[in-house]
This record gives sequence, C-alpha cells and structure tokens, in this order.
Amino acid sequence: MNARENILKRLRERSDGPLQVPESDFSVVTGRDWTPQERVERFERLITSVHGEVIHATLTDWTARLEEVLKAKSVRRLALGREHPVPVAARAALMDHDVELVDVDRDIEDWKREQFETVDAGLTSTGGAIGETGSLWLWPTPDEPRLISLVPPIHIAVLDADAIEDTFFDVVEAHGWASGMPTNALLISGPSKTADIEQTLAYGVHGPRELVVLIRHPRESA
Amino acid sequence: MSVQIYTPEAFHRQAHDALGNPQIRRNFRKAMDGLMSKRRDVFSDWDLEALRELGANIRLRALAKLPDLLERLEANCQANGIQVHWAENGDEACRIIRELCEARAARAVIKGKSMVSEEMHLNQHLEAAGIEALESDLGEYLVQLNEQTPSHIIMPAIHLNTDEISEILHDKTGTERTRDVDYMTAAARAQLRERFMAADVGISGVNFAVAETGTLCLVENEGNGRMTTTVPPVHIAVTGIEKVVEHLRDVPPLYALLTRSATGQHVTTYFNMISSPRKPGEHDGPEEVHLVLVDNGRSNIYQDNELLDTLRCIRCGACMNHCPVYTRVGGHTYGTTYPGPIGKILMPHMLGLEATKDLPTASSLCGACGEVCPVKIPIPDLLVRLRREAVGEGRGNVPGAGVKRSRKELLAWKGWQWLATHPTVWRGSTMVAGKLRGLTPTKLGPWTEYRTAPKPAKASLHALVKAHQHKDGEGRS
Ligand code: SF4
Repeated sequence: MNARENILKRLRERSDGPLQVPESDFSVVTGRDWTPQERVERFERLITSVHGEVIHATLTDWTARLEEVLKAKSVRRLALGREHPVPVAARAALMDHDVELVDVDRDIEDWKREQFETVDAGLTSTGGAIGETGSLWLWPTPDEPRLISLVPPIHIAVLDADAIEDTFFDVVEAHGWASGMPTNALLISGPSKTADIEQTLAYGVHGPRELVVLIRHPRESA
Repeated sequence: MSVQIYTPEAFHRQAHDALGNPQIRRNFRKAMDGLMSKRRDVFSDWDLEALRELGANIRLRALAKLPDLLERLEANCQANGIQVHWAENGDEACRIIRELCEARAARAVIKGKSMVSEEMHLNQHLEAAGIEALESDLGEYLVQLNEQTPSHIIMPAIHLNTDEISEILHDKTGTERTRDVDYMTAAARAQLRERFMAADVGISGVNFAVAETGTLCLVENEGNGRMTTTVPPVHIAVTGIEKVVEHLRDVPPLYALLTRSATGQHVTTYFNMISSPRKPGEHDGPEEVHLVLVDNGRSNIYQDNELLDTLRCIRCGACMNHCPVYTRVGGHTYGTTYPGPIGKILMPHMLGLEATKDLPTASSLCGACGEVCPVKIPIPDLLVRLRREAVGEGRGNVPGAGVKRSRKELLAWKGWQWLATHPTVWRGSTMVAGKLRGLTPTKLGPWTEYRTAPKPAKASLHALVKAHQHKDGEGRS
C-alpha cells in the first residue's frame, strides 16, 4: 500500500470511533450593518494605520488625482493593463504625459529583470474592499497579472467606494467565491512590512514600500 | 556567534543556561510583553468567546471529516491542475520534494516560511543533494545566515536584537554595521530579490487548505510568500494533513483569529489564495503547483479522543507569547521544531516521549496557554495527560509511553496509598514522624536546589484538631 492509502486507512479506522460533526454559527463574523460612510471611514482608518495612503476622488476626476500622485512620487515608469476600464482610462489620461507606460501583457519570463528593476509603480483595479480590516481584494487577470501589485516599489490601487463591504466573510458569501476561485485571489492590507528585526516595523521588505488607494466616489460627495 | 545544537534531551541544562543569559531573557521579555498587549487591544471590540467557539468548532468539524476532506481537497486540487503527493513521514516528504526539484534540474530553491519544512529538516536534505534552499522570510533568512533554527513559530529571529542582527548581516553579507532597521531591511530586500529571480523552485507552507475549492491559503506580511509562490516556474506547497478545512467560508473566522492571536494585527498585509498553476493566457505564476500532504505522526494523534485536540492548532504562537516558561527560557531551550506550549503537546508525538519526557513537566500548569488559544485547545489538560503517559499511567497512545515509569516511585506511591487508607497505622506513623522530625534529611535532590527541605510538624493537624476540640470542651456539642 502507498502512503496515501495508509494515511486514509488510519484516519478511517480511528480507534476511538467516528467523531460528532458540530454545527457552526457564523454570526460573529457577519451582520455589521455599517452604513456606506462608516465602511469608507473604517476602511480608511485601518489601512492608513498600517501605512497605506488613501486619496479620495470622484468617478470623473480620479485620473487627475492619479497624475498628481505620479508626480508627487516621481514615478517615471508605470506598469498597467490595457483592457480593464481602470487602466484604459488611466492610459487615456496619461497619453501626453512624461510618465512611460509599461505593458504588462507579456510573459514574466520575457521581462523579469525589467519588471524587478526598472518599474517605479504598478497600477491595478480592485474587486472591492473590506471595511472591517481595511483590506483590498484582487483577482489578478491576464490583463492585470499577479506581480504588478507586488514587484514595483509602489502599488496604486483604484477602488470604488460602493465596492467596500463589511467583512471578509461577507465578501466570500456575496460574490460566491466558493463556486469558482481564480488562479490567485488576494487580500492586500497595506504595503509589505516586517517586524523581524527586534519588533521594529519596516516597510517594503519584499513587496511595495508604498500602497496608495484611490477611492472613487460616485458623486461629488468626496 | 558560535553554533549551538539544542536537543529536547538536554532541556534542563539548556534551560539553566538560558536563565543565566540576561540578554536572551531581555529580548524575549520585551517581545512577549508587546505581543500580549497588542493581542489584548485588537480583540477589545470583539465577542472573543463567540469567535473562539466558532474557530474551535470549524477545526473540529474539519477533523471529524478529515479523511473525506483530504480526498475532496485532492480531487479539487487535481481538477484545478495542482498535483497532490502524500508522505507518511518527514523523510518521505523530503524525498518527494527533492525528486520534484531534480525533475526540473533545480539548483536553487527559494523558501517561504514553513514550519512543516523545519519539522522534516528539508533544507539539510536538499543541501545534501546539492540543491541550495534559501529562506526568504526576513526572520528565517537571518536565522539561516546565523546557522540557527527559529526560536518562535511566527517570529523566527525573536531571540536576536538589533545589534546582533546588524553583526550577522555584516559578517555574512558585508553590509555596514548599523542600528538602522530600514537600511538592514533594504539590504536584505536587494539580496533576496536576486534570489527570487534566479530560483528554479519556490517552496512554501500552507495556513489553510480548502477542500471545497482546492485552494491553498497563505498568511504573511512581507510579500516573500507571494514572491515564492509566483516568481519561480515551480511552486511546491508542503503542509500537515490537519491543515484542511471544509468550506471557503470557514476561512475568514480562522484568519481573523490567527492574525489577532499571533501578532495582534487586525489583518496581515497579504492573504494569498492559490487555486491553480498558471493558466493558458496568464502571464505570471508557476507552471507547476504541487501540494505535499505530510502525516508525520498526525494520524496517530488522531486516534485518541483527548489527544485529537492537539490537531486543532492553527500555529498562531499565542500560547508561546503568553507562557511564563517560554518567556524566561526562550525558544531554543526546548530543542524542538515547535517550542513552548504547543511544542510540549505536539513534539512528544513526533519524537517520542523518550526524547521529550522533560517537556510536559516544564510547566506550572498556570493555564495561560489554554486561555488564549484561539481554537480552545485545553493545553494544560494535554500536558497532564502526557505526564501520565510518560509514567505509564495513560492509555499508551503516545510513542515512548511509560518511559518515566520507575519501580521505586511506584512502590513509594503504593506504600503511601496503603498508609493513607489504614487510619490506625496512619496515626501511628504521623506520631512517629513528628517525634523523629530532627532526623529528616536536609538534601532532597532537585527539591532542595531552590527550597529548604520540608520537616514534619511536631504534631499532625489531625492531632492538633483533636486536642483543640478536647479543650473547647463539650459546651458546643
Ligand atoms: S496551541 Fe493554540 S495558541 Fe498555541 S499555536 Fe496552536 S492555536 Fe495558537
């Protein structure tokens, strides 16, 4: 018999007999009932507490805010997709700009060192966010691959205010994650950090040193 | 810094040495105090009991269905394109991983944090086969540079302070001596980025494996886990068979408990959920993803209703952070992969009680570990159970059971039992003991190392009460 069968057999023939299956009550991780405004506030408070930056914008002026961010952070090369409405709008706005736009729809093998060493920032859309913990959620795609939110020193994420939900549990349930997971699903809650040197926080240990979240509000409410 | 080998057999000597090292004690005290207060704060607005109850119950449900869930996990992973391997013990798991590396002619492996890989000494195994395995979690990297093992399951380098780390980096990688943590972190970033780009294989652990969707979840702050599982062409995830959970919805409560219990964070920077290798059309991620399921004693723990609780563990380290013994002696003293309370209840199953018999007794049973455990493992009860197993008074379900059984001790207890159940003899002997109290020895082995020897009282409590009642007289009836 092989390892698999041996292990499963030992588990099935448990000497103290079969175990009772308990019921689970998930109410403690859901039902927050926050208002949209409370969600945004909570999201902002938590993500900024771990060094994330939040910039409020509207659906119409967010690319102008993006330009300001790029300028303020002296971003010269920006990696971004081509198909999602977020990179499409960003590309249009940055067309006559001196920021160089770096295509990401290339196999990583063809430009690994280029991405690791010459890109200043990655721009991505997000699936939404979680108010309770101040987390973004992303399902990377061929258009916006996994590494552009990780390798460049700055990650700029575009989030719609009305896509912030209360808890992680709520997101998993509301979007039916269990019925089909992508290659990679991510929660991102701040820039990369470590406390491995005597509990002193340091940012950007392996991933981005900075995370900027551009929150797009539907009207001029921001 | 010289390399010291720690073993569980030498626990007492190691504890003695650690207690005499004020630097180690200061490093741990400072870190543990910080972690305890952060945990308290981060749970302050939660119904913590309800959350722990749910966590315990999700883990119990997973264990109750364990063989079915493992099969379901395997089937769903395979359907997603993840290859699944099974290993009865650490050696077998090492062999599987080595062969996977060899099949790709891999020379350089980059690793994310994985305690299971520590448990099976994977790095040494790969190195013996000429494959370099480099740790990429900053703490693990430092510990590996210093030729040590982790002293904490969440914060591997917690025994080192800033000056010591600066010295290690200077010695091994040629950085400047400094107290500037940002400088050191940036130096490590630059060194490791080269390694991520060059690695043939990435090896990681798994925090939760979801049977329902065939998803591997990794919890981290640094991003090295994402690098390890995304940049190299092959990703091998290695995990204990108990890490499986049934549903995706089981994950959020466990994740909430894990980060808050471990480091007092609301959430970690990254929660990385991997369900397949790179699909056609995708531009990054590994071409191959493998999952290695390791038993290594777990199915044996699984047999016994009481010991089973050990397998609920989500490896948060809170029991260590709150343990007065761990805080004083540090992680290396235990001489085992998992130190602290969880180590004491887990390692005897992996190494046998022969080697680990001193671990379950290195506790005052204060109960702090059981109180903070996010999945409500009754650690003190399990320590008592293992003590009983060690002296041959248990069910014999632990390897090495009975190793501490001593005829002398057994006879002494038997004699005591006989005395205590024969009132006349008992009274006679306490009287004699009181009379001869001057003759009791002043040296009683370890007992008198830090205490004075006990001396029988002149008259027993029983006799005193009797005399008192006599004096008080019949007035009270
Ligand atoms: S035994 Fe409990 S407290 Fe200790 S590491 Fe495991 S889950 Fe955490």
